[in-house]
Amino acid sequence: MSSTDHAAAVHQVHRDDYGSRLGMWLFLFTELILFGGLFIVYAVYRFMHQQEFHLAAQELNTTIGLINTIALLTSSMTAAMSITAMQKGNLRFSKWLIWVTIGFAFVFMVNKYFEWSAKIHHGIFPGSKDLLAKPDGEILYFGLYYVMTGLHTFHVIVGVIFFLFILRQIKQGKITSDRYVRLENSALYWHLVDLIWIFLFPLFYLIH
Amino acid sequence: MSEHQHQESHVIEYGNYIFIWLGLLAFTGITVTVSGINLGNWTIVIALFIACIKSWYVLNYFMHMKYEEMVFKIFILTALFTFFIFLGFTFWDYSFAR
Repeated sequence: MSSTDHAAAVHQVHRDDYGSRLGMWLFLFTELILFGGLFIVYAVYRFMHQQEFHLAAQELNTTIGLINTIALLTSSMTAAMSITAMQKGNLRFSKWLIWVTIGFAFVFMVNKYFEWSAKIHHGIFPGSKDLLAKPDGEILYFGLYYVMTGLHTFHVIVGVIFFLFILRQIKQGKITSDRYVRLENSALYWHLVDLIWIFLFPLFYLIH
Repeated sequence: MSEHQHQESHVIEYGNYIFIWLGLLAFTGITVTVSGINLGNWTIVIALFIACIKSWYVLNYFMHMKYEEMVFKIFILTALFTFFIFLGFTFWDYSFAR
């Protein structure tokens, strides 16, 4: 290696967007297995307690579930659009779209708060007297409901933290129209949250 | 400049995203409507089938899987294959154990 080649190599900042995205996907597969395990538990118990699952699901509010579905689908779109805006060099619009995404995440969480509050108010929460008096299948249904939607909502909160971090980095000039893999990876995480909800919604809210 | 840099340039227009979003909303509407009709065990089959279609659109367009290289697709198929082994073997076990 000549001295000029060496100097060029030293000044080149190491960067691998492709590897970065591939790493993010690998992480998302671990998330698939995490939620997948819970979906398998759900499937087996539903198979064993079909009638009780149907009965327990009547307690959930389909309208709230539907509003949350629409909120997540729309936020997924705005997250994807923020990448397009970034690629086009429109940083202002990209930031605005990220704020809209965060806004929908809050709509989701506020809804979830009211939903859980109503359940707890009616005495339906893990370990409560009212719940333990119900048949096994209903106890299992509500146990899975709290664990799965709870873990999912935790992912919504993490997604919001990622996006706030991204907004800060755009402001600092660390994310630009030709360097935006972190925005892409945060959006990938957000889409996973949406994907999981696509399955949670019919499995918990739409059993009639 | 890295050899993979050229892939970054794929830009999906806003209009395409709105189109996909409208499709996803339509599928959600169909799921909710179908759930109101009593189809017995078919209700869950239809609901999951529609959820899979929605996921396919989210994966390919929102998550750009359509525009990624083959290795990404092999990865995701491997992950799904692993998941279905877990699911399949669990049910296989249950159908004999009971």
